[in-house]
Amino acid sequence: MRTIIAVFFKEIIDNLRDRRTLASALIMGPIFGPLLFAFVINLSIERSLEDVERTMELPVIGREHAPNLMRYLESRNIEVIDGPADAAAAIEAVKAGANDIVLIVPPGFGEQLEDTVPAKVELVSDQANTDADREARRARRALYAYNQELAAVRLSARGINPTVLRPLNIDDVDVSTPSGRSAILLGMMSYFFIFAALMGGMYLAIDTTAGERERGSLEPLLCLPVTRDQLILGKIGATCLFMALSLSLSLFSFFVALRFMPLEQLGMTPNFGPGVVLAALLLFAPFILLGAALMTLVASFTKSYREAQTWLSVVLIAPTMPILIVSILTLRPRLEFMFIPSLSQHLLLVDMVKNEPVNNLHVLISVCSTLAFGAMLTWICARLYRREGLLG
Amino acid sequence: MIRVDRVHKSFGKVRAVRGVSFDAPDGKITGLLGPNGAGKSTTLRILYTVLKPDEGTASIDEADVVSDSLKARQSIGALPHGSGLYPHLTARENVAYFARLCGLDKAEIDDKVAEIVRLLEIDDFADRRTKGFSQGQRTKVSLARALVHDPQNVILDEPSNGLDVMATRSLRDLILKLRDAGRCVLFSSHVMQEVAALCDDICIIAHGQVAIDDSVDGIRSRTGCDDLEDAFVKAIHMVGPD
Repeated sequence: MRTIIAVFFKEIIDNLRDRRTLASALIMGPIFGPLLFAFVINLSIERSLEDVERTMELPVIGREHAPNLMRYLESRNIEVIDGPADAAAAIEAVKAGANDIVLIVPPGFGEQLEDTVPAKVELVSDQANTDADREARRARRALYAYNQELAAVRLSARGINPTVLRPLNIDDVDVSTPSGRSAILLGMMSYFFIFAALMGGMYLAIDTTAGERERGSLEPLLCLPVTRDQLILGKIGATCLFMALSLSLSLFSFFVALRFMPLEQLGMTPNFGPGVVLAALLLFAPFILLGAALMTLVASFTKSYREAQTWLSVVLIAPTMPILIVSILTLRPRLEFMFIPSLSQHLLLVDMVKNEPVNNLHVLISVCSTLAFGAMLTWICARLYRREGLLG
Repeated sequence: MIRVDRVHKSFGKVRAVRGVSFDAPDGKITGLLGPNGAGKSTTLRILYTVLKPDEGTASIDEADVVSDSLKARQSIGALPHGSGLYPHLTARENVAYFARLCGLDKAEIDDKVAEIVRLLEIDDFADRRTKGFSQGQRTKVSLARALVHDPQNVILDEPSNGLDVMATRSLRDLILKLRDAGRCVLFSSHVMQEVAALCDDICIIAHGQVAIDDSVDGIRSRTGCDDLEDAFVKAIHMVGPD
C-alpha cells in the first residue's frame, strides 16, 4: 500500500507540473462543454424568437387585386412587398434563392370571391429549403386563417352558425413540463461530462505507459523491489484523481453556465441545482475507474506517445455511441440499459434533469456494473503490465 | 554475489543469449565485455528481472531471479541502458522517488539522498528539474537513483556511454569505491581499455556465448596476445555464430 501511495503521489506531482496535462484536465474538458452548449442554446433561442416576433416580408404579385387580404396579412405581422414581374419570374427567383416565397394573386381573384367560387392564389416556394419552408408555412397559416374568417362571414350572412364547420374541437394537452422539455437539449450534457472526465486523465494514461517507456524511465522503475501490480495501481489511481477533478470542474462550470443561459425563453427549467450536481458526480464517479483503466489499457498497447494519442482520441468517441443511438431512437430507461456504462449514466442523468423519480434499482445496477467493468479492465491492465513485452 | 548458470534467451528466431554462465563475487568488479549485439544487455536484463530466461538460472545473493524476483530486486541497484529520468521532477526528487519505492522511510530518505548527491557531485544541479540535463548529468542522476538504497549488488549497463573524460573518471572512482566497500559490481562495456583498467574479472561475450571468463592477465596468456585489443578480437573469434 505504501508503494502504491508513493507511485500515486509521484504521478500527481509530476503531472501537476506538466502544462499539457493541466490544460487538458482543467481547461479543455471543463470549459469546452459549457461553451459549446451555450453556443447551441443561444442559437436555438434566437431561432425560436425569430419565428414569433420578427416581421416577415412577403413578396406578392398582383397585390392590387386583393386589398383586404393584404390588410389581413399586415395585421399578422407579414409585410407585403412588391414581388417579381410575373409568375415565371417568381418561379425563377425562388429557384435561384433570391426570394424564399412569392404569393401570386391572379387578376380574377376579386371576381371569383364575389361569385363565391374558390378564389385561386398561388404560393411559390422551395420545400427542400428548410428555412424557406418555415416562411411558407407561416404564410400558408395566415392564408388558411383568412379562408376560415371569410367562410365564417359567408355562413353568418346566410344565417348559419359558423361552428357547423367545426365538428371537432381539438385541444392539444401537452404534459411535458419545463424540466422535461429541457431534457432533450440537456441530454447532451452527459456526453460532456464523460468527455471531460476522459480528457482529465488522458495524458496521465499516456504518460504512465507509452510515455514512461519512450522516456526510458520504465526499465529502471521495473528494477526496483516493487511489484508491477503496485506500480499500475498507483498510476491508475493518479489517473482517476485527475479525471475526478476534471469531472467535478465540468459539473461545476455547467452549473454556473446554466444560471446565465436564458433557458426559460425556450420553456425550459432544467432541474440542475446543487443537489443534482452532487448526485451526478456520484453517478458518474464509477465511470472514472472504467475510463482510467480503459485509457491505460489502450495506451499500454501503443509504442509511442503519439501513437497513444491517436488511439485515445478514438476512446474519447466510443462512449458517445450508445448515447447517440438511444437519443436517435428516443428510448426510455430500461433495466437492461443500466448494464451499459456511459449509457446508464446518461439515461439516469436525463431523468434527474427532467425532475422525474429515479429508479433506485437502476442506479444500483448502473453503479455496480460500471464498477465491475472498471475492475475487470484494471485487472487486465495489471496482467498486461506483467508481461515481458511491456518494455517493447 | 551474482551467479549466472547456463542462461538462454531468444526473441522469436533471434537467439540472443545461448548458455551464458559466470559468477560475479562480492568485493570484485566484473566486466561483461562484448561487441554490440553480443547479448550483454539481455543477460543484464535477465539479472535485474525484467526478462525471464528461457533456460538456465540466475541468482542475486542466492535469490532466484524468476521464482524469487522481488527478493532479488531488493539487493540490486541497476542502471539499465539508456535510463531516462522524469523531466518534471528535480534530480533530488527523482532520486528520492526511487528511495521511497525501495522501502526507505521518510527520515532515512533525506539523509540517503543528501549522501548520494554529495558522493556523485550532483549538488550543483540537484534541485533543478531534469528536463534539459546533459547526458553526463542524466547518467549521474540515474546512478544516484540506482545506488541510493545501498544495494549489495550493482549492475550497470554501459554506464560510460556518452560521458566525457571527467565524468568517466569520476564514474571509475565510484566503481572502485563500491568495490572497496565490499559490493559486487557487474558492468558491461564494449570498450576493452575501460574494462581492463577497472575490472578484476572479465567475461567476454560474443554471439550470446561466453568466449573467455578470466582476469586481465589470464586473458592475455590464454589468447597469446599482449595487446588487449588483439586479445579481445581473438577471444571473440573463439565462438562462432552457431
